[in-house]
Amino acid sequence: MKPAPFRYHAPRTEAEALSLLAELAPEEGRVIAGGQSLVPAMALRVARPSHLVDINNVAGFDRLAVEDGWLRVGPLVRHAALGEGAVPGPLGRLLEVVRGQIAHLPIRTRGTVCGSLANADPASEWCLLAATLGARFHVRSLRGERVIEADAFFGGFMTTALAPDEILVELRLPVLSDAAHTGFHEFSRRAGDFAQAAALAVLELREGVIAAPRLGLGAVEDRPRRLLEAEALLAGRAPSEALFREAATTARAGLVPVDEDPYRLDLAETVIRRALSAAAGMPAP
Amino acid sequence: MSDAMHDLTLTLNGQAHAIRVEARRTLADALREDCGLTGTHLGCEHGVCGACTVLMDGQPVRACLLFAVQAEGRAIRTVEGLAKGGALNPLQRAFAENHALQCGYCTPGFLMLGTAILETDPGISDEALVEALSSNLCRCTGYANIARAIRAAADAMSTEGAA
Repeated sequence: MKPAPFRYHAPRTEAEALSLLAELAPEEGRVIAGGQSLVPAMALRVARPSHLVDINNVAGFDRLAVEDGWLRVGPLVRHAALGEGAVPGPLGRLLEVVRGQIAHLPIRTRGTVCGSLANADPASEWCLLAATLGARFHVRSLRGERVIEADAFFGGFMTTALAPDEILVELRLPVLSDAAHTGFHEFSRRAGDFAQAAALAVLELREGVIAAPRLGLGAVEDRPRRLLEAEALLAGRAPSEALFREAATTARAGLVPVDEDPYRLDLAETVIRRALSAAAGMPAP
Repeated sequence: MSDAMHDLTLTLNGQAHAIRVEARRTLADALREDCGLTGTHLGCEHGVCGACTVLMDGQPVRACLLFAVQAEGRAIRTVEGLAKGGALNPLQRAFAENHALQCGYCTPGFLMLGTAILETDPGISDEALVEALSSNLCRCTGYANIARAIRAAADAMSTEGAA
C-alpha cells in the first residue's frame, strides 16, 4: 500500500503550474489538488503518475465568489467550504445538503470540488450537481482558455473533456432563483460511502404546477446526466406521488446502468421519487 | 526539485523535525519512520479507516493521504501532543473513563478527530457528532462509548472553562 516513486513539483503561480503541466503531461505527469481520490489510487497502484504537479500552493486558486449570477469556485476550494457560507438562498442550502453526503469530515477538509469534477467518478455528488444545474467549466493550458458546458464535460466513466495539459481553473454554478425548490437523495451502503444511486431535483412551483424542472441522476450510468424525458413529463403538472412515480418509470426506461443488476435500476427509481418529493415539500415515498 | 530526495522540516506538536524523504513518503509514514512518533497508527493506508487522522493547521486530515513534502510549513498535531507532562488531557481521560477503547488501535485517530470536533464545535449536536465519528472505524467498541467520551470531555472542558 505504498505509492510508486514520482517526482514532486510545487508551483506557486498559475503560469508556473500550466508550464510544468505542459512539460510533464506527455510523461504521465498529473495535477494533485486535495489528493483524496488520487492518493488512494496511487496507494493501490491503480494510478502511477511519474510526476505530480501539486497546486496546493498556487496563489489565488482558493478563490470562491458570487459574481454576475454565478458561484465561481476555484481549484483549491475544499468540499467543506461549499455551503450557505459561500452563497445564500436555495443554492447555498442545496450545497450544504450535498456536501453532507460527501465522504467524511477529514476528507471534506482536504478534498476539492474541482478535483472531484476532474476525477469524474460517476458516483460523485458534485458531478451530479454540476450536470443537473448546467455548470460551466473554465479550463486553461498554455494553449489558452476554453469554456466547456456541463453536457460536454463528462465523457464517460472517470473521463472528461479535459486535455492532459489542462487545469480546471474554475467551476461556475448558476445561482438558483429564490423561487427554486431543491431535493437531493442518495443511497449508499454505509455512511460516507460511494453512492449506489443519487438524484437531484430542482423546480419551481407556479400556481400549483411544476415549472422549470431539472432532474439529474448519478451513480447509475457511466456519468451523471439530466433526465430530459422525465423533465418534459413533469413540466406544467401538479406535483403528486403518482406523477413522480410516472417520472421515475419514464426515466428508468432510458437508463444504461453501469452493471446488469436490476437492483440499481430499482434504486434509481426510488432516489428519483425521493428527490422530487423533497423538492415539492412532500413526505418521502 | 528534480532530486529524488527532499529535505524537509516538519512542525510536529510545535517542534521542528528535519527529515530527508522521497516524495512518495506519506505524512503518516514520515511521522512514524522518520520522526519516531509512532502514536499515529496506520490501518488501511488508503483513506478509509481514519486510524492515521492528525490535525493540519487545526483541521482533521488523513495522514496516509498526504505526502510529507506537502506538510512542510504547516502545523501538524499528533496524539503525542495531547498529554501535558505525562498527565492525560480531558479527552484522553474521558476515553479511559467511558471505556471508549479496547484494543486501542483506532484510538489515536479518534482522539485527534475528537480534538478537532471539540475545538471547532464544542456544542455539537448528537446527530452531527455521530456523522462526524462515522469517519473513523473501530472494531471493538461499537462507537457509542466513543461518542459518550467526546460528549463527557466537552462537558468537562466547559465546566473547567466556567470555573
